Amino acid sequence: MSAYRVESHGRIKHHQPVSFTFDGETVEGREGDTVASALLANGKHLMGRSFKYHRPRGAIAAGSEEPNALIGTTRSEGRFEPNTRATVQEIYPGLKTESQNSYPSLKYDIGAINDRLYMLFSAGFYYKTFMWPRSFWDKVYEPFIRRAAGLGVSPTVEDPDHYASRYLHCDILIVGAGPAGIAAALAAGKSGAKVLLADEGAEMGGSVLSEPGVNIDGCSAWNWLEARLDELRGMENVTLMTRTTAIGYYHQNMVGLCQKLTDHLTTLPEGAPRERLWRIRANQVILTQGALEKPLVFHENDRPGVMLAGSAQTYLNRYGVLVGRRPVVVTSHDSAWYAAFDLADAGAEVQAIVDLRDKVQSELSDEATKRGIRVLTSHTVTGTSGRLRIKSIRINPLRGSKAGRAETVNCDALLMSGGWTPSLHLFSHTKGTLRWEDDTKAYLPDQKAEACHIAGAGRGLWGIGKALTDGGEAGVAAATAAGFTTIAEAYPVENDREGTGISLRELPTDRSPGKAKAFIDFQNDVTAKDIRLAVSEGMHSIEHVKRYTTNGMATDQGKMSNMNGLNIAADALGKPQTEVGLTTFRPPYTPTTFGAFAGYHKGSHFEVTRKTPIDDWAEENGAAFEPVALWRRAWYFPKPGEDLHAAVARECRATRESLGIFDASTLGKIEVSGPDAVEFMNRMYTNPWTKLGVSRCRYGLLLGEDGYILDDGVIGRLSDDKFHVTTTTGGAARVLNMMEDYLQTEWPDLKVWLTSTTEQWATIALNGPNARNLLEPFVEGQDMSDEAFPHMSVSQCTVAGFPARLFRISFTGELGFEVNVPARYGRALWENLWEAGQQYDVCPYGTETMHVLRAEKGFIIVGQDTDGTVTPDDAGMSWAVGKKKTDFVGMRSLSRPDIAAPGRKQLVGLLTRDSKTVLDEGAQIVADPKQPKPMKMLGHVTSSYWSETLGRSVALAVVQGGRDRMGDSLYVPMPGKDVEVEVTGTVFYDPENARLKL
Amino acid sequence: MLLIHCPYCDETLPEPEFAYAGEAHIDRPADPQQLSDEEWRDFLFIRTNAKGPHYERWRHINGCARFFNAVRDTVSDKFLTTYKAGEARPDLAKLLEGQK
Amino acid sequence: MRNFNAFTLAREALRGHKGWGKQWRSPEPKKSYDVIIIGAGGHGLGTAYYLAKEHGITNVAVLEKGWLGGGNTGRNTTIIRSNYLYDESAGLYDHSVKLWETLSEELNYNVMFSQRGVMMLAHNVHDVQSAQRHIHANRLNGVDNEWLTPQQAKDYCPPLSISKSARYPVMGAALQRRGGVARHDAVAWGFARQASAMGVDIIQNCEVISIDRAPSGEVTGVQTTKGPIGAKKVGVVAAGHTSVLMEMAGVRMPLESYPLQALVSEPVKPVFPCVVMSNAVHAYISQSDKGELVIGAGTDSYLSYSQTGSMHILQHTLDAIIELYPMFSRMKMLRTWGGIVDVTPDRSPILAKTPVPNLYVNCGWGTGGFKATPGSANVFAHTIARDEPHKINAGFTLERFRTGRLIDEAAAAAVAH
Repeated sequence: MSAYRVESHGRIKHHQPVSFTFDGETVEGREGDTVASALLANGKHLMGRSFKYHRPRGAIAAGSEEPNALIGTTRSEGRFEPNTRATVQEIYPGLKTESQNSYPSLKYDIGAINDRLYMLFSAGFYYKTFMWPRSFWDKVYEPFIRRAAGLGVSPTVEDPDHYASRYLHCDILIVGAGPAGIAAALAAGKSGAKVLLADEGAEMGGSVLSEPGVNIDGCSAWNWLEARLDELRGMENVTLMTRTTAIGYYHQNMVGLCQKLTDHLTTLPEGAPRERLWRIRANQVILTQGALEKPLVFHENDRPGVMLAGSAQTYLNRYGVLVGRRPVVVTSHDSAWYAAFDLADAGAEVQAIVDLRDKVQSELSDEATKRGIRVLTSHTVTGTSGRLRIKSIRINPLRGSKAGRAETVNCDALLMSGGWTPSLHLFSHTKGTLRWEDDTKAYLPDQKAEACHIAGAGRGLWGIGKALTDGGEAGVAAATAAGFTTIAEAYPVENDREGTGISLRELPTDRSPGKAKAFIDFQNDVTAKDIRLAVSEGMHSIEHVKRYTTNGMATDQGKMSNMNGLNIAADALGKPQTEVGLTTFRPPYTPTTFGAFAGYHKGSHFEVTRKTPIDDWAEENGAAFEPVALWRRAWYFPKPGEDLHAAVARECRATRESLGIFDASTLGKIEVSGPDAVEFMNRMYTNPWTKLGVSRCRYGLLLGEDGYILDDGVIGRLSDDKFHVTTTTGGAARVLNMMEDYLQTEWPDLKVWLTSTTEQWATIALNGPNARNLLEPFVEGQDMSDEAFPHMSVSQCTVAGFPARLFRISFTGELGFEVNVPARYGRALWENLWEAGQQYDVCPYGTETMHVLRAEKGFIIVGQDTDGTVTPDDAGMSWAVGKKKTDFVGMRSLSRPDIAAPGRKQLVGLLTRDSKTVLDEGAQIVADPKQPKPMKMLGHVTSSYWSETLGRSVALAVVQGGRDRMGDSLYVPMPGKDVEVEVTGTVFYDPENARLKL
Repeated sequence: MLLIHCPYCDETLPEPEFAYAGEAHIDRPADPQQLSDEEWRDFLFIRTNAKGPHYERWRHINGCARFFNAVRDTVSDKFLTTYKAGEARPDLAKLLEGQK
Repeated sequence: MRNFNAFTLAREALRGHKGWGKQWRSPEPKKSYDVIIIGAGGHGLGTAYYLAKEHGITNVAVLEKGWLGGGNTGRNTTIIRSNYLYDESAGLYDHSVKLWETLSEELNYNVMFSQRGVMMLAHNVHDVQSAQRHIHANRLNGVDNEWLTPQQAKDYCPPLSISKSARYPVMGAALQRRGGVARHDAVAWGFARQASAMGVDIIQNCEVISIDRAPSGEVTGVQTTKGPIGAKKVGVVAAGHTSVLMEMAGVRMPLESYPLQALVSEPVKPVFPCVVMSNAVHAYISQSDKGELVIGAGTDSYLSYSQTGSMHILQHTLDAIIELYPMFSRMKMLRTWGGIVDVTPDRSPILAKTPVPNLYVNCGWGTGGFKATPGSANVFAHTIARDEPHKINAGFTLERFRTGRLIDEAAAAAVAH
């Protein structure tokens, strides 16, 4: 039995031992312990090493604000987490924990050499050195700094756990289930409002859990708590969530909560998520987050065994642990006296209560005297001793602000309290403003920016009685604001522990303050003198002080350090705190796993993958796929042993020689209909549409209002008032949005309806001399002869028995058709055509072959041959711009000075002098490859392929003044060689379009 | 995540249902060809970028798909009102009065 | 001003750091200055520094409504690179990288410029084409940028997943080895310290309320919360607040201000050796010297000056981080924050004279201004001192929005077919 375990105290299951390991050693705790409470119960205070000086450290707190006791935790392979707070992690059998930031061991850490050099490692020292010689920064200094920095180590393998996320709407969200939160929930719950009460702890109750001696409503605090929590659990409209931290408070009462589901369990339930992120949208929010105790700032206030008094009280009353048998208490607030009494009553020999104040209430000193505790008011503490655990402290009498002669008092723990800071982090996330209140020496909420209420210690009300009353009132106010009616109960409280205190800077000392290691930010090793140094160097904004010293930037995000830092900075500046300002609190309230944020959105759920109705067939037939926007498209269909180039060469040959079949279903499709459809098309597209006959098609070019090519596609006129518009695969949503924008907001008078039909139709393209031969037998309702159904025609007919929109168009230069059938018939049609196509050796081809075939014909791909800076004229497509039109989207921009200027980059063809050389897409073009860098670049290669058909390479490019350079030689400088090219027209294959007319 | 009231659906819904669509009340000129380069630039690119109440457009893209207008304070991100496309600019003084 | 070096540090350590003195003065404003710079971020302070250093103009005030370096300078993810596509951009950003390389010595302030390499991932054929185009153009412009296969990318950055079955598989990457990161605050502080030493007045907590113009149109000074201050020339370098300030001088700007968020993880020992960017999924990540993973997100969709952002934007960013680096799922987010970025229609900055005589503007850096800090400041100082642009910033005019000569890096990289 450990000397520090008190069986009579605590809420843990004393009869239920639980073993875990710390740095390989087995530690026995009790069910309900945290790692910290179990270690403390075994007399172990040393739990970690600090960031900069590698000083030995123990737990200073008992909750999520802990800056020192950070450990690595491992459940099983892959389930390692660094920087876990030992004060929060519940123990379970088999848990493995390890200390961090020490080598070779926690007890003997070589990094502690830094502590000897602490005067060198002052605030911002790294800005002042490591500059010479320059090359040493990357190779010597920075690697050294980086290795020294960091706390734990990163996980190294994929996380085997998964994470859940949920939305929830409620009338009232209450954050923090201490007395104020519970009273608020009771009041609000009775109104019938939908209430959610969340608390970060393993059990609800907050400060009530640490105050068993208080009586509420005539019963002991813990009995009251159990009864009232039962009452809340019984209300159908109330939900309680433990181990659930409100991490951020966002616009319009959206609060993010992270609920830990498994990190405390002995065995993981099958398939259970580790954590769940809740996004709560509440009508009203009540913040009852309590207050955090402030450390006192004095020399060597960081030794293991030095702890917040309230936390020591918590370890005793919740966990049945005496953090020391011979503690000394040092305080500037009444609350620590109560901690001393509780420890004394549990068997500790409290060596002294040292109070910085001249006077304390006589009830307190009487109670101390009654317990035989020595009381030293108007005293300060000026140092501690003990290598890995505190052994003694120096206590000095205070005369005014001067410290007198020191007395050394032996002890095994030091409990300190510098008063309490209302926890207003979430309130600050909303940009609610704070005001300084001198009575409480604290910032309190002022102007609200959201529909929220703050109650209890969060607005400076100490004691359980006040918290209950205030919480009840907040519950009523929130319920009323949400449209419900309720009344608050009265809660008579006995033995309440209210109390007051004062707020101090670093404590007076009889030694040189310039050499004091009086810590403010424990984890980051920021001392009072660092703050004063920063101010003396001109850092006058609290943000500058924070950034220069790193005060408040540790993993507790300033919960322990902000107020002490502010008090000292204000003193150094000779200004009141209010004029120095407060740093901004940022989400999350406590560090939150990336996994919880990502939730379900990982792997294949990271983003949807759109697939066509023919995708399965492609997969079954060995297609290689490429992602295009959200789609996956068949890229090429390799036969055994073929690479991309071999497959594409074969697919190209087959298509040009006989017949290729291609899944074009991803093409965007928009139906434009209505009496004003043609007028709408005239205004949107560069082309004229009025004279386009029914059943005829036209290539349409769409510009942005800035005059640059945005999209293109073939558009068929189905009737006088109906167009079948196609867009690029990636542009479909953008084009529809743009059309809707103009239609709804600029031209609401036009009678036009727009419908996205992309996923309504499966689109199968047949290209090659045998395209008609294959298709004709399947077609009913359309004469397929060249005369009756010429190139650029559209027909609504039947193909293979399916209703179809049949286009005679070609993106390859061959005789081509595109059959649109309702998506559900897509695969059936494909298989019909596939089967019948065997007689023509039909070849399925993918996007790569499509790209090659169109490049041979000089057809552009928007987004590849254009890049958002190309006009129709630049692309050589002035022919697509209606000459008589007076307006269309983007027209005005085409006459801007630099758009109309000569010498713009124009689309041309390029043929390498060496026909076997295939240019790199993206390669740059120059006139003189021998010029020095930076070279004058004339343009770049936009498309480049090996053309199997032509037996040579072909390329498209944009080149300055390109159309005036026909036949010229230009150069593409590549590493090690310059490739000579000839500027040509863009059509390499069948310029007479003879093959379209078959 | 903002909550936005669609004036067509008359419902207040979360931001992922909507798409921001830039400053409101910038009408496309009836005859762009008559505009000087400066005027056309102003239409294309010049924006108020107001710090404070801002007239702006949203589209209920994952709902009724309508474009509508809003006045939102760009400092607090709070909506003062939303209204249908084509309606006149609401009077700012009255809106601000209504907030108090 | 005390020199910063190992020797003075050791000496000061022995005497309790009492002799450093202030890094910059905090003077009250004079009645008038030759040049007033509005905005004490890195670009503004740097402009003042180069005005004094290279142009001998020391009667300069930098006015800041908050605290120096408190805007985007202190809120970004500190990525520095110059592998931009267009000649104008490559010229400007590479000028900046060259200044970064000697900035610590130049300022006698360790800005911790760490050339650990910036890798930009390609996730589809279009990304690959775009990356190749950048690499070829950079090579001919004398800017380093090289192509890595997926395996080479993984070798360079071991936490990266190159699984072929990923939703966005890594098809390769463009690596600029000279790219890297720097310590953001130090840049502002280093410029402030040297500028102040040369006589520049840095006046914090001084908000400009209006800009004064003579009847003939030219700028004559500003009205501030600390009273009127005269000026022969005024340079506006106010990032997200540029529109508001320029409106005071009657100039309407082609700018919109958007929230941009970033976050850091808890600090861990070195695990991430370089900077990796993925434009396709909007995730930018490096590890700070302190050990935190520094992660940049995309912008929110709407205009805002709130310096906050939405939770779903961060969520999407962390989705992407876990997709690319599955081992970071159990890492914890420590802190998030937001900045206000001013974005031009072509996503390139404006560094130029304005239609108002003696008024100059440096703005529109969008999400990428930090990397340009010394280069931008250097050529902006030239523009103000000479009343004409340096050849490096000659293209970054306001005029381009009228004439159509845009420098559209985004368009050149975007638009999937």
